[in-house]
Amino acid sequence: MAVTTTVDSPAAATDTAPLARRRGTFGPDKLWALAFVTPYVAVFVAFVIYPIGYGLWLGSDPASYRALFNDPVYPHTVVNTLLYLLFGVNLKLFLALLLSGFFMRKGWWSKVLLLVFMLPWAVPALPSYLSINWMLNGQWGLINNIIWLVAQVDGPPWLDSPNLALASVIYGHIWKWLPFWTLIFFAGRMAISLELYEAAAVDGASPLQKFLHVTLPLMAGMYLVCTMLSTIWALGDFNAVRFISGGGPALSTHVLATLGIRNAFELGDPKLGMATVLTALPLLIPLVILLMRQLRRNEVTI
Amino acid sequence: MTVHRRNRMIGDIGAALLSVVLLVWTLLPIYNIIRVSMQDKEEVLSTSVFPVAPSTHAFSVVFRQAFWLLETFWNQMGNSFYIGIVVAFLTLAIGSLTSFTISRMRIRSGWMLTNTALLTYVIPASFLAIPFYGIMGKYGLTNNPLAVIAVEVTFATPYAIFIFQQYSASIPFELDEAARIDGASPPQIFFRIYLPLMAPALVAIGTYALLLSWNEYLYAFLLLSGGKVITVPVALGKFLVGDEAPWNYLMAAAIVYAIPPLIIYYGFRRKMSGGLTMGGVKG
Repeated sequence: MAVTTTVDSPAAATDTAPLARRRGTFGPDKLWALAFVTPYVAVFVAFVIYPIGYGLWLGSDPASYRALFNDPVYPHTVVNTLLYLLFGVNLKLFLALLLSGFFMRKGWWSKVLLLVFMLPWAVPALPSYLSINWMLNGQWGLINNIIWLVAQVDGPPWLDSPNLALASVIYGHIWKWLPFWTLIFFAGRMAISLELYEAAAVDGASPLQKFLHVTLPLMAGMYLVCTMLSTIWALGDFNAVRFISGGGPALSTHVLATLGIRNAFELGDPKLGMATVLTALPLLIPLVILLMRQLRRNEVTI
Repeated sequence: MTVHRRNRMIGDIGAALLSVVLLVWTLLPIYNIIRVSMQDKEEVLSTSVFPVAPSTHAFSVVFRQAFWLLETFWNQMGNSFYIGIVVAFLTLAIGSLTSFTISRMRIRSGWMLTNTALLTYVIPASFLAIPFYGIMGKYGLTNNPLAVIAVEVTFATPYAIFIFQQYSASIPFELDEAARIDGASPPQIFFRIYLPLMAPALVAIGTYALLLSWNEYLYAFLLLSGGKVITVPVALGKFLVGDEAPWNYLMAAAIVYAIPPLIIYYGFRRKMSGGLTMGGVKG
């Protein structure tokens, strides 16, 4: 994902004036405008509206939901999804907020460190998740080899215990996405006027007080939007679970996104799969509405 | 003064410690990829932490495609490139035309288009995978790279539209008006004024779309079932299906696959962030 943090830039503000002055489109211009937006509208109708409609239709059979709620895997999956969102998203964003402050330090070292720190974001997800999978292998993985080298004891079987396997997935998610959100918050902090900090320093504020009374209030809105967006993205995340735990051991670490795909394609029941995914709607719809409202206000764009 | 100096020293030591923790945290899985890619078959199943006898054997197997799961590796790299390039081009074309119409031609239904883009942006892509699979069958696009291209363009375009709209706000409207007075038609304004001035944003979004599709697994896995059309991530995923995955080959192939995005990220970093990090938080 790429990054932008723009809010109320002066350029955008002055732009509305000439816009309002201008007359509306008419005549041949209107035809051109129509021609220009046709490709986008066509893509939207064919590949967003149609799949949504078809998906809702697939997921409208009550029998699928009866089957789903009788599936012993399903309750685990819901709990896993909630834990994944709760810990994965919040730990990640809180750490990112703190680390973005750390990277504001001056000097060559923090610049070099930031370049290295960005690696998990730059490396594609699959190699990293596969590596984490093998790294956490109970028998031959790097982590347990290190534990053996240092302490001469056997490390835990990370991916063979339901709780540790879920924790491993959450670890993988945080590892992969921490740099991205740190950069977002870093850009947010860069935009805070230094004069505010100087004024706080003149008033004798400690670093903690500066953080609590300058940084935090100014970044709260952005932090909230990031939490919602990250929750939505994590809800749809398939790769971390698929490649770190594979949903195992014994289907105990599935989340809704992976269970949906499993039900639809491995069990060959698209209706059941769609029903699985659609049970996330009570969480997804309020988030989407809140987030769209926030993004439309154009206060924060990511 | 001494208190001040002592505080600074404590701060420096803390920063040094945190740096070490961050380096270990960041590099551990990456070290593991490199370590395993340099092991031979027996050493993969051993308790070594550092490579015992590092070799480039696994890489030579990948380069020569000398393992059955890697038989068409270069062809898969080609497929990934092809899909990425087409997605980048289409995203730029569709995104720039749409944002030009919304923000420069000021069409009345512009807000609706912006909302549809917002909606697409906040829907988790994987939730549409199941209906998408069925629909691609109806469109007759099963096992066709076009299906994956369509998905990637669909999910990359909304972000492109946002960024283009924001970026174009910095291009003075007077330029368009002057051109219009000189009798320029909308396509002329689009090609001669809008696109050249949008170059930094175009580079940034082109890279974004390319990387998005280079990294895509789920849709490529579902829509490209086999043979000559699969991309590298799909092939990497297939390694796990067997009982005894040859981890050294898998990690070597993964490194080759990860190199192009790494070059792009670190090579174009300034260009990307130049186009993409503008403005900041509201006061």
